[in-house]
Amino acid sequence: MGRYIIMRLAGIVGVLLAVSFITFMLMKAVPAGPFDIMAVNASKSIPDEIKKSLEVKYGLDKPVIVQYLLFMRNAVRLDFGYSFYYQGQTVLQILQNQWPYSIQLGLLTMGFSIIVGMGLGIGAAMKQGSWVDYLGTGVSLFCLAMPSFVFAILLQIVFAVKLGWVPTGGWDSPQQWVLPVLANSLGPVLVLQRYTRASMADVMRSNYVRTARAKGMKESRVIFIHIFKNALTPIVTVGGPMLAGLITGSFFIESIFRIPGIGMFWVTAIQNRDYPLIMATTLAWTAIISFTYLITDLIYALIDPRVAFVKEK
Amino acid sequence: MAITSPAPAITSVKPMRRSSSAALAWRRFLQRKWAVAALIFIVLQVLMAVFAYQIAPYDPQYSDFTVTYAFPSAQHPFGADDLGRDILSRIIHGTRVSYSVGVLSQIFIVLIGLPIGAFAGLKGGWIDFIVMRLIDVLSSIPGLLLYILLMVVLGAGLENIIIAMTITGWIGIARLVRGQVLSLKEADFVRASRSMGANTGWIVRTHIIRNTLTPVIISMTLGVPGAMFAEAGLSFLGLGIAPPTPSWGQMIGIYQGFVRTWPHMILYPALVLAITMLAWIILGDGVRDALDPNIRS
Repeated sequence: MGRYIIMRLAGIVGVLLAVSFITFMLMKAVPAGPFDIMAVNASKSIPDEIKKSLEVKYGLDKPVIVQYLLFMRNAVRLDFGYSFYYQGQTVLQILQNQWPYSIQLGLLTMGFSIIVGMGLGIGAAMKQGSWVDYLGTGVSLFCLAMPSFVFAILLQIVFAVKLGWVPTGGWDSPQQWVLPVLANSLGPVLVLQRYTRASMADVMRSNYVRTARAKGMKESRVIFIHIFKNALTPIVTVGGPMLAGLITGSFFIESIFRIPGIGMFWVTAIQNRDYPLIMATTLAWTAIISFTYLITDLIYALIDPRVAFVKEK
Repeated sequence: MAITSPAPAITSVKPMRRSSSAALAWRRFLQRKWAVAALIFIVLQVLMAVFAYQIAPYDPQYSDFTVTYAFPSAQHPFGADDLGRDILSRIIHGTRVSYSVGVLSQIFIVLIGLPIGAFAGLKGGWIDFIVMRLIDVLSSIPGLLLYILLMVVLGAGLENIIIAMTITGWIGIARLVRGQVLSLKEADFVRASRSMGANTGWIVRTHIIRNTLTPVIISMTLGVPGAMFAEAGLSFLGLGIAPPTPSWGQMIGIYQGFVRTWPHMILYPALVLAITMLAWIILGDGVRDALDPNIRS
């Protein structure tokens, strides 16, 4: 197991290097630099000499590959430098200030999706062909077909504009959390409903459940000890990456509901050519996602002793 | 007592029509009413896209400033937008964008992903290793993130969306085909075929390609709504289709600013997008069940 973890960590380092390189090169290939955008926003033109000296100051005059190496040398010490756009703020400060919004939205969405998605999945599997089952199918079809940003706007129209029950945006009070969480949960609810139902149905057909029933075991014990415990383990494999996806923010939900999370900042960072912020966010996302996969695999192996750490063929 | 009775003489043999597997699949498809309904809907939409100029009541770019923000009426069934353009006409023209992106991107994805995956699976060794590492790296970047970066690099436009989607999308097909090829290589019928002296070329042609095509077709059909969704999302963020060419996602993005006062503007493109996605998903499910009855749970 120790060897396995070391191999996986080496893999993550490789992925981070590759992702940083691809992102850096793509970012540099984007037309117009940060100072051009600033000039356009201020509707002023920057004299060439000043632009040159700015580029020298930020090291943008060096060859791209040197810029990359310099960036990475600092990045390994988690020093991403100052933001080009938000003057006087380090990239790390921006991440520390904005990320909590995304994490909060992500965790609330996860909690809501677990209750609704797994509830519907369990209900559907326990009473197959009943109205719960049809409701679950209907909900998951809806989640599948409805793009989250469309749903977000429809929710806004109905509950914020027409009925006026909740504000259209912001993130200061719990009322403002309702619509973003609902809109954000489409994907997670769909996945959790389908996985839970399939996994439960699988276990319920298994021999050990039949044996348990045949032995005359109490139904509640069969359901909680035999079915739930075994059915919920495969869900861990989707739950982990899902959580990682959720806490890394959402471009759509954050921009529609004006939540100052990291997803919204990333999109604006691209628009502003804020190179350090783009790189730091992308790397942080990749790291979170890679580590979650690793942790998920480890947890899965711990709760399911049948999983062995064999090398994938 | 006779222990064995003579077999009855065969008087007439009903000639059995041997149905091709495609015909069988089509028959299974027709049994699924929702899938057929979805197919009809999609065919109608394709016609709408092809004949958009004839069908649309107005020019989608034409501004009539006497009807700006008009609510739905007989002249403008879905209302008019902030520049007095007919929303129904814009939705009809948006169909062209959605279907071009959805269908063309899937074709390019398969054209690139299928040979790469098949090659890696068949050859194995270091080629397979390199392809798989490339796939690992590309798939560890969140998809939407890569789309957005690529679109900023390439610039807005229909061709660029399709290019961005192909760059990110071939991974899935390549992985699918590779896995399929690897498992088919070990399948009993392939071994039997080889033990009877079939050479690799013949096995690839008759067994591997045919059996790989089914999951590829299924993945293509299910990939179309995904691509449409991605186009809508990118255009919504202002990175996909540049105005004035209308696209559903772009209309949703632009009209979002008017949601408080004129929600009807955004309502219709949003509904059309959702219904189209639903139709494609139902069609995809139907195609999957028709082509691969074993998958059905």
